[in-house]
Amino acid sequence: MTSPSATQSTLLPVLEARGIAKAFGPVEVLTDISLTIQPGEVHAIIGENGAGKSTLMKLLSGHLQPTRGSVAMDGEDVTLTGPVDAEHRGLVLVHQEILLAPHLTVAQNIFMGRELRRGLMVNDREMNRLAAEAVRKLGAEIDPTTTVSRLSIARRQLVQIARALQVPHRVVIFDEPTASLTPYETEALLKVIRNLRDQNVAVLYISHRLPEVGAIADRITVLRDGKLIATRNASELQPVDMAKLMVGRDMSKLYPEREETATHETILEISNFDVSGYARDASFTLRKGEILGFAGLIGAGRTELLEGIVGLRPGHGQVKLNGKPVRFHTVRDSMAAGIVYLSEDRKGKGLLLAQNLRTNLTLASLQKFTKGPLIERKREEQGLDNAIAEFDIRARRRDLLAGQLSGGNQQKLLLAKMMLLDPSIVIIDEPTRGIDIGTKEQIYKFIADLAKSGKSVIVISSEMQELIGICHRILVMRSSRIVGEVAGETMTEDEIVVYATGVKTNEAELYATGSA
Amino acid sequence: MSDTQPNTDTRGFGRKLADIDKTAIAPFLALAALFVLGALVNPSFIGIDNILNVLTRSSFIAIIAVGATFVISAGGLDLSVGSMAALVAGVMILFLNSAAIDGNFAMLAAGVVIAIGVGAGAGLVNGAVTTLGRIEPFIVTLGTMAIYRSVTVWLANGGSIAMKSSEMRNLFRPVYTGTFLGLPIPVWIILAVGLLGAFILYKTSFGRHVIAVGSNEDVARYSGIHVNRVRAMTYVIQGICVAIAVVVYVPRLGAATTTTGMLWELQAITAVVIGGTALKGGVGRIWGTICGAFMLEIVGNIMVLSNFVSEYLIGAVQGVIIIIAMLVQRTLQRKG
Repeated sequence: MTSPSATQSTLLPVLEARGIAKAFGPVEVLTDISLTIQPGEVHAIIGENGAGKSTLMKLLSGHLQPTRGSVAMDGEDVTLTGPVDAEHRGLVLVHQEILLAPHLTVAQNIFMGRELRRGLMVNDREMNRLAAEAVRKLGAEIDPTTTVSRLSIARRQLVQIARALQVPHRVVIFDEPTASLTPYETEALLKVIRNLRDQNVAVLYISHRLPEVGAIADRITVLRDGKLIATRNASELQPVDMAKLMVGRDMSKLYPEREETATHETILEISNFDVSGYARDASFTLRKGEILGFAGLIGAGRTELLEGIVGLRPGHGQVKLNGKPVRFHTVRDSMAAGIVYLSEDRKGKGLLLAQNLRTNLTLASLQKFTKGPLIERKREEQGLDNAIAEFDIRARRRDLLAGQLSGGNQQKLLLAKMMLLDPSIVIIDEPTRGIDIGTKEQIYKFIADLAKSGKSVIVISSEMQELIGICHRILVMRSSRIVGEVAGETMTEDEIVVYATGVKTNEAELYATGSA
Repeated sequence: MSDTQPNTDTRGFGRKLADIDKTAIAPFLALAALFVLGALVNPSFIGIDNILNVLTRSSFIAIIAVGATFVISAGGLDLSVGSMAALVAGVMILFLNSAAIDGNFAMLAAGVVIAIGVGAGAGLVNGAVTTLGRIEPFIVTLGTMAIYRSVTVWLANGGSIAMKSSEMRNLFRPVYTGTFLGLPIPVWIILAVGLLGAFILYKTSFGRHVIAVGSNEDVARYSGIHVNRVRAMTYVIQGICVAIAVVVYVPRLGAATTTTGMLWELQAITAVVIGGTALKGGVGRIWGTICGAFMLEIVGNIMVLSNFVSEYLIGAVQGVIIIIAMLVQRTLQRKG
């Protein structure tokens, strides 16, 4: 698997960090990092949130200038004046955030700023053809004339990668490219990266997902607290060892002890629920104290189905809560009935990034902090104190804005906000996306504790390991339908993938028609 | 451009300075600077009579702009306030002229109630069409701006609507010209509207919801807030503020004309923006807005008192001010 060039260190490194450090004001966020990237090598950078990975990437790609040390290309010190300069030198960064114009087409985005012309006019036909080809190389079929706003997050990510790779490149830096991809899409992307490597391109790869780092990387560098902890050959490191180096402690117990907290009492019963365009004929039950998982590829309709059930989007079907039929016209109705939904889109739908922690915390349950029409600031502050203690929210200062928190702390704040509604059913969509391992462990424990205290939890996740690690039962969705259920013995990644990708089509269809 | 050099002597102080939200105090500093400028240009500027006079004249815009602070904080915009003022004034005067109720005082009181009703109704139209029709507020209020203006012109038969009864005029006039405890009544009204506005925006859950909706509509919706209801309500508040401004305005001239309230929307939005409220929503500053309204009037006053610039250019100067204010806001935010 490993290409021969990767292990030879006699080659001149195409990109090199020579003792670089970066300080913002008096705070040094990165200290004396030295590493090399060889042509034809995949070099992974791993570390918890806040370890300094993104800062390092920005230094290496010219978005930031180091306060000490230097960046070298082909053995010579260079000053990258900015991303454009870096691109001219063949150094490309694929951003973690999606930076596309939503109203333009796939092809228009891929060629933005370097449109092909025929005379005075843009050559749309040629750009569409090349865009389709570029996307196909990434293992996907996307119509190049589709507007980006109509694509799923995963597909937008692919378009963004296709766009970056249009530039002639010798070094490609991927900043958490798989954060929103399904296993299937991830595999396709890894294939692309292997292709790049085979063409002697140097790849710098940042990810939270350790198994996939193990699968793709030739060498791995671990950062912790802005310092370089180790650079090793990937063959010497198991995911467990990586995690240990990242957090500086043993991570063998990521998931809490599984406890049979699910009772026989059905709390929620959904029958024949439709969400137009996203979910069809969905039926399932949720028991008191149960942790129920929803697996499936992105775009399978999991988020939309549950948003439909809680009244966030129009849906039809029967919903029974504690045996009584109910209808949730708006999300207020389901909140009042004791059901809360935590969006996968923390930054866009979960928290007001430009407001402080207190405002965010009490937003959904403000009536609990008022006397008449008046908000009682003191009780709010007290609530924030409790939330910070109970959910271990780590903020440098109390008056920070929600947008200044790390992803993990944002998720804890969102949990705290929704738990103030005192729900009996908690629906969490992608609970640990973009969150470091330490916080993941806390969130898994929190979910287990919720079930232990008699609440019911629905977890939607694209990380199968996580569902298998914490759920009592997992439903699999594919193309708008619930196509399978796994529990106990059958709760394996293989089994889920089989349902999610439709390999067991006949069986799955049988299931969907209600034979179980 | 450059990070401040770590300097142990000033860091503590610098940290404290950084804690203060610069956009919140900038308008007050600018107001103070204008006072100094005014005093330098013409010593009579700083005289108490002149200042009170300026404050009184700023009252219409100040009161309307408090309403605009709500609309803009929630991420909306209302271009119709000037036309709405003309319409409310027209309807109010027509009612006062009708002598439908016995007794001038009762008549006046009813007139005020009707004005507020018409204002709230006109605001509700803006709010309902933007939220239920899901149309950009810019377009909706551009439309209602034309409608309200046109209806006023029609009511006035192309001319003006004047209060007929001189008794009624005399009874009403003190609302604009009178004083209480040494302060002109309009200044008291600005204070009252400002206090009430600040109370609603900063202390109540409705105010919190306004900021949430302006900050991120989706987050507000996912948090169980009635986004449309909150939005629409800000336009109603705007309408009520317009009506209050009209109640102060009518006794001044005793008439509504086809040009009443012309370009008030521009001045109200300018006052809100130079007061530090974010035009994209999510931040609202009531006292900054009132400060902004004062600044607009003071600039005009200084221009009249000085001989450097023709007062015909007041509009141009106000236009320059709004652009500078936006630039200053942006720079301060970038640093913070």
